[in-house]
Amino acid sequence: MTQHNRAIFQPSGQIQFGIFFQGVNSGTIWKASESGSQTDFESFRHIVQTAERGKFAAFFLGEGLRLREHLGRPHALDVVGRPDAQTMLAALAAVTTNIGLVATQNTTYNDPADLAHRLSSLDLISGGRAAWNVVTTDNAWTGANFRRGGYLDHADRYKHAEAFVETAKRIWDSWETSSGPARRVLHEGQHYTVDVSPRLPRSAQYRPVLFQAGDSPEGRDFAARQADVIFSAHPKFDDAVEFRRDIVARSVAAGRGANAVQIMPASEFILAATDQEAQEKKAWVRSLQIGPQQAIAYLEQFWGRELTEYDPDGPLPEIDPVVEETSETRGSGFHGAKARQLADQWRAEAKDKGFSIRQFVTSRTARVDATFTGSYTAVADHLAEFARVGAVDGFNISPWLIPTGLDDIVNHLVPELQERGVYPTEYRGTTLRENLGLETPVRSPERVGA
Amino acid sequence: MSSTEEKAGGFLAIELDGAGYESLARAVLAAESAGFHVATFADAPAPGRVNALQRAAYAGPLTRNIALVPEVDTVYTEPFHISTQLASLDYVSGGRAGWIATAANSPEAAAAVGRSIVEGDALAQEAAASIEVGRRLWDSWEDDAVIRDVATGRYIDVDKLHYVDFETPADFAGPAYSVKGPSIIPRPLQGQLPVLAAASLVGDGLVSVDAVDAVLVSAPTPELLAAEVRDVRARLGAVAIVAELDVVLDSRGQAAASRLDTSQDDGRARFVGSAAGLIGLLDSLLKEADGVRLHPAVLDVELEELSRLVLPELRRRGSLRAPMQDGTFRELLGVGPAENRYSTSAAATAAAGK
Ligand SMILES: Cc1cc2nc3c(=O)[nH]c(=O)nc-3n(C[C@H](O)[C@H](O)[C@H](O)COP(=O)(O)O)c2cc1C
Repeated sequence: MTQHNRAIFQPSGQIQFGIFFQGVNSGTIWKASESGSQTDFESFRHIVQTAERGKFAAFFLGEGLRLREHLGRPHALDVVGRPDAQTMLAALAAVTTNIGLVATQNTTYNDPADLAHRLSSLDLISGGRAAWNVVTTDNAWTGANFRRGGYLDHADRYKHAEAFVETAKRIWDSWETSSGPARRVLHEGQHYTVDVSPRLPRSAQYRPVLFQAGDSPEGRDFAARQADVIFSAHPKFDDAVEFRRDIVARSVAAGRGANAVQIMPASEFILAATDQEAQEKKAWVRSLQIGPQQAIAYLEQFWGRELTEYDPDGPLPEIDPVVEETSETRGSGFHGAKARQLADQWRAEAKDKGFSIRQFVTSRTARVDATFTGSYTAVADHLAEFARVGAVDGFNISPWLIPTGLDDIVNHLVPELQERGVYPTEYRGTTLRENLGLETPVRSPERVGA
Repeated sequence: MSSTEEKAGGFLAIELDGAGYESLARAVLAAESAGFHVATFADAPAPGRVNALQRAAYAGPLTRNIALVPEVDTVYTEPFHISTQLASLDYVSGGRAGWIATAANSPEAAAAVGRSIVEGDALAQEAAASIEVGRRLWDSWEDDAVIRDVATGRYIDVDKLHYVDFETPADFAGPAYSVKGPSIIPRPLQGQLPVLAAASLVGDGLVSVDAVDAVLVSAPTPELLAAEVRDVRARLGAVAIVAELDVVLDSRGQAAASRLDTSQDDGRARFVGSAAGLIGLLDSLLKEADGVRLHPAVLDVELEELSRLVLPELRRRGSLRAPMQDGTFRELLGVGPAENRYSTSAAATAAAGK
């Protein structure tokens, strides 16, 4: 391919689905009678086998290495407590044949040689279906669970992540042939030294596929250099098109092809036979996602104090927050907001829209931008437009119900998309790389020795 | 654990290390249908060897009765990750998971993570700390912490979640560390996974015998093995004992001795000979030890002979217990339900006050 062709983005005309089993959030409703266990293997088996029946490209597991907290204690109101990603995926590899198995794994609180070895293990056990969703959580609060503690400055998170990923790639690429012998891999960095003789051959897909989730400019550049797929936060059409433009530009600037990095935004689907039914279903889902206690607790997180005397169906509290900045204890999305400023802004916004506390919190926490609501046919038409333009390569769906949350998508939406010719009717192959249509990776340079 | 007189026969474990990832499903199913009670997965650094814990996890949904017990190093791996991974293994296997806690002493393992090498008694200190972290984290959610109380909007009862606040002891040889907790996964199905360790790591000044559920006992020859089991029992008291035995069997007209690879010496007793000879040895060993772990020379070959000739005869003689049916690994070991050290429930508080 000439440089000229590589610089032009070409839509594939197709979309793929992944499922994002988050495990810790307020989006998964647990109050409905249909809601099942978050930890039993049968829940995972049901959902991954449903996804495979629907020709989903990938099954994702999220990760959080410390339990979220609320006013200094574990947060009580949301779904919480989940299995280790790679352990669960290794088990799911035994009951699936084609679907990709994606583990969200942090670069700060793992050792590169150990993580690379475990990811190749998953890749080999699954016959070339493993992927790593690279995340960079770095705070000392999470570090309190690990030997090194909070050793990494936030500003250095991607510098560290890049060295980590490069080291992992060299470990995976250390084989002269598919079965050996391996080259020794050395890395001496600011925070750690690695000196390892890799032990595993390359897999059917050469090495694990790399996903990246992170939205800052540094995160996007990191993804443009290193990742195969971005797990993005931009599912709305115009925003998705804009994000695609940005990533194409960054990929080309990084010396890669315009199509080198695929994009799969996080999304939620609320579907029914008719648009009206879907809207009713949405109201029901939202009422179960954010109940009265969750609404108050959400504000307490930013106000830094108890607000139980406030009516969830009344206006936002007039009193000011007692904290300067919100902390990371409820997850990365909450980190570092200026509390008082936010409170003023929110009061104004709620008043403007006539929202109660509960309505306001629902509008902020529900996957508002990420939700596709409507009849199967209407949503299929809308998604076909994404495919035609190439706004995204697929959607990473967070089901709001475990374990049956994909059933209607697979039974009704997927056939509509297949009829429109924008969704696979069969898996292209048995590896994740083949199914995503990714090129065989270029082997990373030798660079043996420090 | 049980005294020898009242035992309903011992159990047999098989090391599946010879099964590469391609033949893992076949091997673990063959081991289960042969009537082995436990499959173990080694994790020492050998070419082509896939992570032990993941092999065990892969075997989880494929099997029903056999306990799945990986080796996991305690020295160069993160205790918080180990605890979560093992708890997850318990979930994917329906309560059949265990942990052989090893202490890596190779310079390569240290270099891989850029740490200075740990040696001598410091190995047992690292192991003891990791086991303690693992066990505290497993208890950090009480069994009934997930309440799903629609009326109050609470998914969990926070009073039943506990910070473990582990700190390495003052005399800790390696770099000191702490672990906050609680776990990121609810308490495993078994409450506490059975922890196994080599007898050489366990005892006074090493890993406390109370911290493990079973010890793995080695001797240089089969003749010395039963005596070593008795010695360890006398030294450590009431803990389940698993004798370690390499096996090379006559097979398909080929004498075991001709199949023996003498270049390999792992320090374990090795039986070389006929199925009948092995039956006699296991019969007597199972009178002394609670279980025997077999390390086959060539997995496929030995496994076939073991399942065709050895296990059926041991069962007929009553020296093997029946395979577990939907049981837990704890039940197999006979160690009883695991009490939760943090339990706040009324019954536990009352019991502790007695
Ligand atoms: C769609 C999406 C999903 C994410 N999922 C996780 C996750 O499961 N675990 C985690 O630790 N971080 C997760 N993150 C957080 C990011 O990896 C990253 O740490 C965070 O966005 C901060 O990086 P940034 O400053 O580059 O955006 C996710 C981010 C996005 C956009």
